[in-house]
Amino acid sequence: MNEITLIIDGQEVKAKEGMTVLEAAKEAGIDIPTLCYHPDLTPYGACRLCIVEIENVKGFPTSCTTPASDGMVVKTNTPQIHELRRDIFELILTEHPNFCITCNRKERCQPFDICLRNVSVTERCVICPRNGHCELQDVADSLGVEEVTLPYAYSKELPIERGDPFFDRDYNLCILCGRCVRVCQEVRGRGAIAFTYRGSDALIGTAFGWSLKESECQFCGACVDICPTGALMERTSRWEGVAEYQVVTTCPYCGVGCQLELEVKRGRVIRVNPKRDGTINQGQACVKGRFGIAEFVHHPERLTNPMIRRNGNFEDATWDEALDMIASKLGKYKENNEIAVISSAKCTNEDNYVAQKFTRAVLGTNNLDHCARL
Amino acid sequence: MAGLVTTLGSGAMTNSVHEIRDAGCILAIGTNTTEGHPVIGLEIKKAVDKGAKLIVANPREIDLVRWADLWLRHNPGTDVALLMGMMNVIVDEGLLDSTFIEERCENFDTFKESLKDFDLDTVERITGVPKNQIVEAALIYATNKPSTLLYAMGITQHSHGTDNVIATANLAMLTGNIGKPSTGVNPLRGQNNVQGACDLGALPNVYPGYQAVADPTIREKFETAWGCSLNPSPGLTLTDMFEAISKGQIKAVYLIGENPVLSDPDINHIKESIKALEFLVVQDFFLSETAQMADVVLPTATFAEKDGTFTNTERRVQRVRKAIEPVGDSKPDWWITCQIAQRMSAKGFEFETPSQIMDEIASLTPSYGGISYNRLENGGLQWPCPTQEHPGTPILHTERFARGKGHFVPLEYKPPKELPDDEYPLILTTGRSLFHFHTGTMTRKVKGLNILLEEGPLEINPSDASALGIVDGEMVKVVSRRGEIVAKAKITEVSPAGVVFLTFHFAESSANLLTNPVFDPVSKIPEFKVCAVRVERTH
Repeated sequence: MNEITLIIDGQEVKAKEGMTVLEAAKEAGIDIPTLCYHPDLTPYGACRLCIVEIENVKGFPTSCTTPASDGMVVKTNTPQIHELRRDIFELILTEHPNFCITCNRKERCQPFDICLRNVSVTERCVICPRNGHCELQDVADSLGVEEVTLPYAYSKELPIERGDPFFDRDYNLCILCGRCVRVCQEVRGRGAIAFTYRGSDALIGTAFGWSLKESECQFCGACVDICPTGALMERTSRWEGVAEYQVVTTCPYCGVGCQLELEVKRGRVIRVNPKRDGTINQGQACVKGRFGIAEFVHHPERLTNPMIRRNGNFEDATWDEALDMIASKLGKYKENNEIAVISSAKCTNEDNYVAQKFTRAVLGTNNLDHCARL
Repeated sequence: MAGLVTTLGSGAMTNSVHEIRDAGCILAIGTNTTEGHPVIGLEIKKAVDKGAKLIVANPREIDLVRWADLWLRHNPGTDVALLMGMMNVIVDEGLLDSTFIEERCENFDTFKESLKDFDLDTVERITGVPKNQIVEAALIYATNKPSTLLYAMGITQHSHGTDNVIATANLAMLTGNIGKPSTGVNPLRGQNNVQGACDLGALPNVYPGYQAVADPTIREKFETAWGCSLNPSPGLTLTDMFEAISKGQIKAVYLIGENPVLSDPDINHIKESIKALEFLVVQDFFLSETAQMADVVLPTATFAEKDGTFTNTERRVQRVRKAIEPVGDSKPDWWITCQIAQRMSAKGFEFETPSQIMDEIASLTPSYGGISYNRLENGGLQWPCPTQEHPGTPILHTERFARGKGHFVPLEYKPPKELPDDEYPLILTTGRSLFHFHTGTMTRKVKGLNILLEEGPLEINPSDASALGIVDGEMVKVVSRRGEIVAKAKITEVSPAGVVFLTFHFAESSANLLTNPVFDPVSKIPEFKVCAVRVERTH
């Protein structure tokens, strides 16, 4: 691919042919605010926040949909652009709870503090599960928005959709960026959700208003991961807040080997995210890996101590008791090759290596297999 | 995997997952990719978006069919005939890659002779696929290079599964679609670490790295390394084990993390043989159906609670990292096995960390020779990776085949062992659902997944349903020569007429009470994909 050169904000920027102005700027470390843009999706130009000025181009094109070309001269941050962006962003905020977003006390505020601006509890950022990693908050910070002067029109009063497993949909908080619709169609190939109704009535929804379960949805969670606001939120971890730490590991389900980030708080896995730069999955997972891990790991039926069958019933035992008993019993069957070991395709390579070494070196047999064939 | 070893010399995916998106043609046969391997399904979608031709060969109208250019709805168990028919067309049309065959392969002439039996009329009669579709499939596959072939258990779980696999390899070699990017013969492995368990020698006939137990030099190497003498005779396969148990030849079993009571064919027989055992140890994190029959149950840590590695379907060794402390007093499997070994006074089990185990693996397994934990930090390594400097191998057989020359194997069509008759007029085929995994030990503990699929429905074609007077959602009895189950009927054209479908995730309606315990003679894989049943109303 040919290399091209642009001037962005007076800085000479190298880019590859086929890149958009936004991508070229991002590569050069120049920050342009966006909401509807996502690197996994085709450019859309819905939110208009990424507008720029380009020499010899009329008006304010959106940088996410404008291809970069050689010799282009781009300005991303003139006072006029800044003012336009703030106006555009204010328009978005008129239909979203915004008092906390623009409040200078937001860092210090607790959910049930007495609000000096009389914001109702249900419209406070501090009670939104996305608080702290909401992209509206990020954009407000980068634009320095301290007040919304346009009339507040947060009045959709839509019911929160709670009928489906794993996540809630609160379209009151939706800004119609269309990222969920596009990821479902473009990346996952499902098209379970779409824009419904028109103009100021526009909403994200399923065909005929069906539940997701009745629609094409496969509950992969890509829409939840990509939502910039609190509109789509995983239910179980909704109020867990920010994890103490994250661990990258490999999914225990099928043989694809998706890389997952396990978020941990108070010794428990609270959330599982597909790793964005995961070698195989690149930010995607399926319903099992995304939503089907924490619950079985912390299931109350997990076995927590060894058990030995005595008189037909299981009785709890210590590790020493159980291991000693096994060690003494297994020895008896060694001599006449009356023993077999079944290892597992669920276990790690190290578990399997030790199991086969044990079978061969200690039990003296090759009667060893696992369920590869099933 | 035996089929690929015979033809190519290595039983694993020849290419990598990300190459699929750049393929010119994808032949998906015997794989319901979007349900069984959803994230690989996304790769297929990417390829189709970029203009690749997709051929789906599957008796069921699976989700992939929506994206397919051509759907071959062949009769269950007729894959060999279908693929041989396609190859016959390719040879007739002169679309074979003669240079590749000449330089890289052997035994072509004998193989070519065996194609004679697969003229289009015969193939159409056996497979039920119209002649023009067979021709079209052959032309698409041969002329849209690079062509990649994906398959899963729909190819292997037959009494002639090895022949099916050989047929796929023959097709790839015939058109030179092997050893190059975005080509190859790619078995998609079902379980997270089934590749690794095979690689690390959890098999009766090989040590880690597929080094034969029967080979005296190999045995000597392991005897020296482990400081003991080793048994030279290959052991019993899983399916033979249960035979030996019921005959009283095997009296004790140490079972790690498996649930054969649900996963093996003919469950009733398996349960009987497990009852006959004198001593059964089960290591698992739930009290599975099999663990309930054990004498000692040991609680193990899940993947979230331990360090280690899994090897995925594209031979990539990736890290498993401990995120939380083991729940309760559970322990990692390797630790438990080492403890038992040490209590039996064995040496060589003093491992303190899985990383030390990997170092021993690397020292004894040529294909894992260059793998160590510090090299796995950034995305893992694909074997063969013989040395510390080796970058791993995304594509196998690039210069030469693992066995030297690619070996064409002549094939004949063998029907499934049990075909429908008057008493059992329908074919039962089995498979997976997106929402559950294997025997459901993990997924059935997740409420939301149970909401999405709470029971395993019996999928039945409208014509069969109306002939039997069955309505959608009614509970029906499914009977085979082995047993019977009750399941909810789901009337759908996804299943062709004459074929019904069940999953094996559900203990209460387990398909494996019905399946036929006949095995491929080489790979010992059971014939899960075809058996004869009859469906009855329950009232």
